[in-house]
Amino acid sequence: MSQELYTNLAIFVLSLLVGFEVMSKIPSTLQTPMMSGANAIHGVVVVGAFVIAAEASNWYFYLLAFLAAFFAAVNVAGGYTVTDRMLGMFNRPKKQPNDSDKGGDK
Amino acid sequence: MSLLKTIASLIYLLSAVCYVMGVHMMRSPKTARNGNLLSGLGMAMAVVMILIEIIAKGQITLIGWTVLFAGLLIGILYGVIKARKVPMTDVPQLVSLFNAVGGGAAATIGIFDYTHEALGTSLSLAFSIPVLLDIIIGGITFSGSLIATGKLSGHVPGKPISFPGDKLINGLAVLAIIVAGVWMIGFPSAYWPMVLALCASLIFGLLMTLPIGGADMPVVVSLLNAFTGLAVAFAGFVIDNQVLIIAGALVGAAGTILTLQMAEAMNRSVANIIAGGFGSGDSDSSTGAGAEVPTNIKKTTPDDVGMQLAYAHNVMIVPGYGLAAAQAQHEVAELAKLLTDAGINVNYAIHPVAGRMPGHMNVLLADVNVPYDQMKQLDEANSMFENTDVSLVIGANDVTNPLAREKGNAISGMPILDVDKSKSVVVIKRSMSTGYAGVQNPLFSEDQTSMMFSDAKKGLQEIIAATKGYLD
Repeated sequence: MSQELYTNLAIFVLSLLVGFEVMSKIPSTLQTPMMSGANAIHGVVVVGAFVIAAEASNWYFYLLAFLAAFFAAVNVAGGYTVTDRMLGMFNRPKKQPNDSDKGGDK
Repeated sequence: MSLLKTIASLIYLLSAVCYVMGVHMMRSPKTARNGNLLSGLGMAMAVVMILIEIIAKGQITLIGWTVLFAGLLIGILYGVIKARKVPMTDVPQLVSLFNAVGGGAAATIGIFDYTHEALGTSLSLAFSIPVLLDIIIGGITFSGSLIATGKLSGHVPGKPISFPGDKLINGLAVLAIIVAGVWMIGFPSAYWPMVLALCASLIFGLLMTLPIGGADMPVVVSLLNAFTGLAVAFAGFVIDNQVLIIAGALVGAAGTILTLQMAEAMNRSVANIIAGGFGSGDSDSSTGAGAEVPTNIKKTTPDDVGMQLAYAHNVMIVPGYGLAAAQAQHEVAELAKLLTDAGINVNYAIHPVAGRMPGHMNVLLADVNVPYDQMKQLDEANSMFENTDVSLVIGANDVTNPLAREKGNAISGMPILDVDKSKSVVVIKRSMSTGYAGVQNPLFSEDQTSMMFSDAKKGLQEIIAATKGYLD
């Protein structure tokens, strides 16, 4: 096994473990935004679209590069936008004065 | 390592740190939004860095730039517009769509690199195995997620779809994937095994998702989300970029945990869900305990419900999927505000799987300005039911079914909301039909329960009007 492959494999395995650890205790309230947020993170595949666009040299490869760039851009841009929209609803400032004193809170 | 390569590696590492910290911060509602922004910042750093690297390398052609930016621009526009416009009830299918394109991008990169590198050369296993996994997993997620999107949005029928021989075709697809895989690794310069692997993966994704019922779709979306993460990680092996490996593995692990938590909340095993066929019956289920339709049901009117609410001290609202389907969250919030303004204690009891996905109901309610501290999670809500005067169950069924406490039926052991402990229960529901589990709900025939058969939105509007009359 080459040094490079070993390094990548080690990074892969350790990242999996970090993922399990970081995720373990999510309140169910936040599971939908979390799923959406994780979904946005795999939009990092957009980096790969840059890499292959740089190597493309004929129409077949240009077409693939275009597809990858389009797909990845939808994933990353849409993913972060919709996650932010969802989370923005949780800590919206409570401006309405008639909302400020709710009776009977413990 | 050149200076640029060193800087790039460090930036990618920093960007990976941002994802991990971002995900970590998303575990608490207070820091969640900043967590997502931090993860987005990491993403921006990675994109800027790869842009600089490509410019410095100078290999990219003018057409390369054009297709890259055309793809990015159209994709960003499409993604952002979709994400801004989507109503909160439709978020699950949008996440699934974004997941599909993520898997598609990973598969495309695999196809590119395989055909680019494999022309007449022999490939090392270190390259051919990841590229194969990238194409296969990416292909499965792409078609599987598209079907999931269709099922959630109603373009594809939500009920499990199966046809004679589908298991056989699925088996053949798996066989084709294995054959193509061995072929690709053994004779890497051949083009057709890759096409075969891709097509078989697409068919497998399709046939894997079709037989699964709409109610189980969220678990499937989450599972496919984890798959996409892995596909992206393998794409990282292929192009030797560590940020893809780290982020992909992170999402793969996170998605797996989420999938297990969702399946657990629904009292199903992931294997059982993937086997499919569950949730077919709307009302004609005759298996399991309590299958006979109860006859001693008390019906009630909006006027009576309004009176009960107006004279209550503690009201618990139990929202379910029926509320989301009827888009009645505005009416619920209006009713709750009416009651709180009159000094009545109103809280929401939210089951982990209420709505379409875990936490989906919280998002829907937050969307209509329901304060976060009024949304009670399962355990907290269950400690409050004994002191609740009126529980208003809106479009929820299985999550309130006391049969879950008994053995030997489809929902045995599922955590439920102890609605039956409150002094009075009003259930707003369109009919006596069973929930997705196909089990009758004895709650409906208990003494303290009264049923109001109505669409959630229309029923709530009538209750609001009636309650106003009693409060004035």
